Amino acid sequence: MTGEKTKKIRDPLFHIIKRGSIVWWKSALIRVSAVLIALIVVAIITLLITGQNPFEMYKAMVDGAIGNELRIWNLLQDTALLLVVGLALTLSFKMRFWNIGGQGQIIMGAVAATACMKFLPGKVPDFALYLIMIASALIAGGLWALIPGIFKAFLNTNETLFTLMMNYIALNFAAFLTFRWSKNSGNNVIGIINRKSHAGWFPEIGGSGFVGRNFLLNILIVFVIMLIVFVYLKYSKHGYEISVVGESEKTARYIGINVKKVIIRTVVISGAICGLAGLILVSGVHHTLTTDIEGGRGFTAIIVSWMAHFNPLYMALTSFLIVFLEKGAIQVASSPALNLDDNFANIVTGIIILFIIGCEFFINYKIVFRKRKGGVS
Amino acid sequence: MEQIPALELKNITKTFGSIVANKDVSLCAEKGEILAILGENGSGKTTLMNMISGIYYPDAGQIFINGKEVVITSPKDAFDNGIGMIHQHFKLVDVLTAAENIVLGLKGRFNLKSAVKEVSSIAKKYGFEIDPMKKIYEMSVSEKQTVEIIKVLYRNANILILDEPTAVLTPQETSKLFDVLRRMKDEGKTIIIITHKLHEVLSLSDRVAVLRKGEYICTIQTSEADESILTEAMVGKKVSLNIERVQPKDPVDRLIVKDLQCLNREGVPVLQDVSFSAKAGEILGIAGIAGSGQRELLEAIAGLQHISSGNITYIDPKTDKQENLRDKTPVQIRQLGVRLSFVPEDRLGMGLVGNMDIVDNMMLRSYGKGKSVFLKRKEPRDLANEIISSLEVVTPSASTPVRRLSGGNVQKVLVGREIASTPTVLMAAYPVRGLDINSSYMIYSLLNQQKANGVAVIFVGEDLDVLVELCDRIMVIGSGRIAGIVDGRKATKEQIGLLMTKNFKEPAEDDRTEDTN
Repeated sequence: MTGEKTKKIRDPLFHIIKRGSIVWWKSALIRVSAVLIALIVVAIITLLITGQNPFEMYKAMVDGAIGNELRIWNLLQDTALLLVVGLALTLSFKMRFWNIGGQGQIIMGAVAATACMKFLPGKVPDFALYLIMIASALIAGGLWALIPGIFKAFLNTNETLFTLMMNYIALNFAAFLTFRWSKNSGNNVIGIINRKSHAGWFPEIGGSGFVGRNFLLNILIVFVIMLIVFVYLKYSKHGYEISVVGESEKTARYIGINVKKVIIRTVVISGAICGLAGLILVSGVHHTLTTDIEGGRGFTAIIVSWMAHFNPLYMALTSFLIVFLEKGAIQVASSPALNLDDNFANIVTGIIILFIIGCEFFINYKIVFRKRKGGVS
Repeated sequence: MEQIPALELKNITKTFGSIVANKDVSLCAEKGEILAILGENGSGKTTLMNMISGIYYPDAGQIFINGKEVVITSPKDAFDNGIGMIHQHFKLVDVLTAAENIVLGLKGRFNLKSAVKEVSSIAKKYGFEIDPMKKIYEMSVSEKQTVEIIKVLYRNANILILDEPTAVLTPQETSKLFDVLRRMKDEGKTIIIITHKLHEVLSLSDRVAVLRKGEYICTIQTSEADESILTEAMVGKKVSLNIERVQPKDPVDRLIVKDLQCLNREGVPVLQDVSFSAKAGEILGIAGIAGSGQRELLEAIAGLQHISSGNITYIDPKTDKQENLRDKTPVQIRQLGVRLSFVPEDRLGMGLVGNMDIVDNMMLRSYGKGKSVFLKRKEPRDLANEIISSLEVVTPSASTPVRRLSGGNVQKVLVGREIASTPTVLMAAYPVRGLDINSSYMIYSLLNQQKANGVAVIFVGEDLDVLVELCDRIMVIGSGRIAGIVDGRKATKEQIGLLMTKNFKEPAEDDRTEDTN
């Protein structure tokens, strides 16, 4: 045609295309390469900034996570504890109710369990004590979520701010109780409750030779909850209602779902499972109440849930990954062979998680680079 | 010597994932012509135009402006090359004036006074009516469109692309717009217009470029074309364009609405003194400018809108028992045994859940049946497969999320589900909006089938040509009131257009309604 090429055409170097769908092995490949690249980047940064041998650091990380049998059990238990909170939050998240009040709900569950352990033994039979503890932890966590739930359903308040504020109340309430219930009044330490009688403690599984005897029950409980949440979301009518309300409130109203009821019901269940996490922390792990018993899980679990795309089964993997990195980081910080502190260990964890989350972009989008327009003219 | 085309596309290809939106498209537009781009839904018209205006970047191919190859990677590049696009959804800042919107984003000294002057002179030159100091939120849809067009002209665009500009206009506004476009053409501008409406293509354009399934088919001189030639080029086979309209059999009242009034959140009436009846075996059309209360009316009947006064009475076809549907929730209405189906305007935001697959969308109305706490997916799966095969839904499978389907297929899924519950009243709001010819005619014939089955059909439409061909009676609604109810067999488009724009504020005008009735 008439088009006379007077100057070179500046094609952009690359452009971005949205993928329609992706085969599973490709997305798996992208994720694995993300981790590998992250490890290489971390190695380079470590070498440049600290001059330490990055392979020594990685060795310490693996050692910290799975260095011996006890560490493996600890890793699995902490994975379960993070997972159960992630499962609880996912119920809300599926409904687009951004419950970031996991912290408060866990603490209230823990407070309820502690109160039972402290005041009920001797007054009720053992099996009743367990039932009361479970019920009160569920109710306490559920109640703590019910309050923002009601406000959301009836007044459409912002649940993010509301649940966040509820955390501070719960946190200070727990602080107040550790002061009131402390053994030597004033030192704010309650100490191990029922050290001799073990009343209200979760029972050990297996003999004294079994390293996992104190861990196994906690892990099994969470495993069962995971299966229940999975089935509840995918196969039950309630789960279907949660999806519809989350996707489009207008559709929910159009087909006659009682939106207020679904919001309140789901948020209460979400809070109740957080309360249960509090119970496990008290009866299954620490046997006491401290202000930091929740350990940041209410917030970390948000990442767990999102990284797993709200799939309860994938969440087991994402919590494992995060706990593995945490445990590794602790070992890196405390290893005498390495001259690194926990701040640097956290940088390492942060970089790895950033790469894993960032690679989602490449799963959703494809980058096409400029092609040579050779043979055309 | 051949004239250099104002715009030429060569072998343009664009894919989204595995979907090929445009494949090897080559076409050109001359200076001073109106080129219509015609094609069914998903034929890639809008994608192609978005590549010219810098929203997308083509995977392959070249774009030439006045014979010179250009690279367009952003809307700014498009403007620099004299290309301006008027999108279907306006991109204006509501709280700013027309003039402010027009100069928004331009470099150089901000001088509103001279801008106002230039806007006025552009308006005068092409015959627009515009008040440059009017705020956008005070404007009607057609005024907003005028602002969009002037915005593009202000940036010295020589090639104007309009994406379905008439979809939101009344017949009178449309003919005004066409006058303006013709004047621009006489000034030597190139106009590219995307539209579904064949009669508009025939009355306005010089040439028609037809796309089918992302591929360029042909360009036809409009003077040599008629509706059936264009349809055949577009669809690839002959399509009968007649809507059959049989006489209603035994039209008894099924739904009687009396003195209905609804208020919006601010307490302003959105529906006032609305009284009419819908009869079994009849299609009642509702015409009116978008946003005149059509949605509120249907939602009030469906139990989704609070009614401040008036009554909605349903007459059971078997027992003749009367039920008042006022202040009942959708579930309560269903429990009364009222089989009311509703195809809402907002398909993916209300009628369906976009991220759910076809099977799960089938369950929306029926999932609650039975005492089990678990879902039964067998029946919905069978229904999904039945609808896919009987309504020719194009989808990879029944477990594809509905948002991945094209507009026409989404609508088939929704209408299929609503009809599957064997309704006695079927309400459909803009059921063919954005649908191509084939799908539109399928929807019309489905509505006709329901009418033949004795269903009272209420059809809210925007294409007056269709309304006068399809409906037995047409109710015109304006500013939340009924402007008139006319016989579909006798009414003309112009008569309905006049009723649509009737001004209720002057009582003298009200009297004229009586004549039209």
